[in-house]
Amino acid sequence: MSDAFFRTEMTPPKAPPITERGVVKWLRENLFAGPYNTILTLVALYVLYLFLSSVIPWLLNGVWNANSLQECREIVTASAGEGATGACWAMIRERWNQFLFGLYPQDLYWRPAVALGLLLVAIAPVLFPKVPRQLFWLTLFYPAIAFFLLWGGSIWTPIVAMMGFGVMALAYRLLVPLSGVTVAAMLGVLAAVLWWLFIDAPLAEALSAALPVGLQSVGSDQFGGFLLALVIGVTAISFSLPLGILLALGRQSDLPVVKMLCVGFIEFIRGVPLITLIFTAALLLGYFLPRGTNFDTILRVIILVTFFAAAYLAEVIRGGLAALPRGQYEAADALGLDYWRAQRLIILPQALKISIPGIVSTFIGLFKDTTLVSFVALLDPLRGVTSVVRADLNWKGIYWEPYIFVGAIFFVICFGMSRYSMYLEKKLKTDHR
Amino acid sequence: MAEASKMQVSDEIAIQITGMNKWYGQFHVLRDINMTVQRGERIVICGPSGSGKSTLIRCVNRLEEHQQGQIVVDGTELTNDLKNIDKVRSEVGMVFQHFNLFPHLTILENLTLAPIWVRKVPKREAEETAMYFLQKVKIPEQANKYPGQLSGGQQQRVAIARSLCMRPRIMLFDEPTSALDPEMIKEVLDTMIQLAEEGMTMICVTHEMGFAQAVANRVIFMDQGQIVEQNEPKEFFNNPKSDRTKLFLSQILGH
Repeated sequence: MSDAFFRTEMTPPKAPPITERGVVKWLRENLFAGPYNTILTLVALYVLYLFLSSVIPWLLNGVWNANSLQECREIVTASAGEGATGACWAMIRERWNQFLFGLYPQDLYWRPAVALGLLLVAIAPVLFPKVPRQLFWLTLFYPAIAFFLLWGGSIWTPIVAMMGFGVMALAYRLLVPLSGVTVAAMLGVLAAVLWWLFIDAPLAEALSAALPVGLQSVGSDQFGGFLLALVIGVTAISFSLPLGILLALGRQSDLPVVKMLCVGFIEFIRGVPLITLIFTAALLLGYFLPRGTNFDTILRVIILVTFFAAAYLAEVIRGGLAALPRGQYEAADALGLDYWRAQRLIILPQALKISIPGIVSTFIGLFKDTTLVSFVALLDPLRGVTSVVRADLNWKGIYWEPYIFVGAIFFVICFGMSRYSMYLEKKLKTDHR
Repeated sequence: MAEASKMQVSDEIAIQITGMNKWYGQFHVLRDINMTVQRGERIVICGPSGSGKSTLIRCVNRLEEHQQGQIVVDGTELTNDLKNIDKVRSEVGMVFQHFNLFPHLTILENLTLAPIWVRKVPKREAEETAMYFLQKVKIPEQANKYPGQLSGGQQQRVAIARSLCMRPRIMLFDEPTSALDPEMIKEVLDTMIQLAEEGMTMICVTHEMGFAQAVANRVIFMDQGQIVEQNEPKEFFNNPKSDRTKLFLSQILGH
């Protein structure tokens, strides 16, 4: 007999056997596979029971209507008996506005509210491609609008400041045919900085003297709570991404000076704790800046938080750049694309896509780190506002409730970012692996 | 397959390489290369791996820098001047071993990107050109798919079409079939033969000796960074002069 064999019919695919499917199978495999596994499951269930048996009554006995912690406790004792515990949400009911707005004047709450509403409209075209492109005009001018709404004062301050960007664009346009993209961009930035340093303040003053239009001004010391966290977080997020991209590209540059500056910046910023930088921003910069410059504390903190996030982003994006095969650079070169076009059309779209999880992690970290501004006496929602609330005799001794409230809002925002990043990854997935 | 003799070769010089040397650090990869390519010529470069054949054609569009000697492409000398490099690159098409399509763009976008951004062709016109070349490589129906959805042979044909959309005067092929399954090699070679018949100036680094015999008017054999032998294909295969060439041919044709 020989081993020769030939097939006359191809075997069709079949469903797996019944033991490989179903809920029972899953339970057995994951919870009760062998004695050790079973013991661990039972212990875990017991711990879960201990935790829930103390938390659930606390939540169920929660009190919403009271004027002080004392009153809360009395209501809990009256309704659930001696020794029962209960959450005192009445504090949130009375003080929610401080958690959201800090010490912002109550009659002006509409201004941050409108700014937040416009923010959602302004970032829509950035986040979702289906939104009409014309909305980008709002996105472009949103920083000035938001500044005017939040801080108030003369309308000319943000307008003249935005004109600095106009100067940058104009200088770039004029210089690009003469000197190429890189030099033109640098000179454009220089022109804008000169504008802000020397022309901005006198021009804004002259204009507001001639045509005084404006809103009641609100000082930075009145900002607090999530208003403060969002102002710092959103600004730093939107400016750190472009800065991070430039740093990552600079780190790979063939020009030794550019490379050295970028590496130095990244390594210095990453090597120093954020709190140190925030202290520097709030206290030390005051000594170095020229006498009489009124450089807002929140603005200083925003700048250093932006630098901090940009340094981390630069490394995340460098990872994405390194993951691209050399062939992509070569194909772009071989087609005659110059450096900036190759980066913009071929390299960065792919590198950024790879880096999305890392970028969003950095953003989430940045947003949560905004609570660190409590160290320079700004009213962050977690420590700043909570201590203001506790300073009130009525709410002295309240512990879990403010943290749970603040934590929940942070969770909603951060979870939102995380889900968006997953949506984006899925949408950009074109490799069909 | 087509007869090589049918195809026209003009006296005009497309590429002139004189006394070219290249080093990777201490390693002398290309040694004293002298080579002239006339317009309409189809040259096949072969040789063992590490012999410098890929490096040589990558020098022609400056993906690699040479340290000594002169490379003139279409009358433009390759130096550090970026303007010259961009000019040469927009005249010279290149097809890579691993296709190097842009995976985040559709096939159509892959084809129109360079014409739109480098040649400043209007989008509509670039798309028409792209569809014309996709028809030519026989996959117009794939225009709106992504590279990852195509087979290797299809991807390589798209890569050829992508180069052609820039209307190059010279095409470089860097082992275009080495990464393909045997059943897909033919479709790519057929496309290249078609291109040769239309009079495209071509330099191909390849091990496809059948292709060399069919379309090349010159075969160049390289070893250790040097041109060891060059001849018209019939003589090259039937009557190799150097011992290295004989050894190489016996190894690749011997089984």
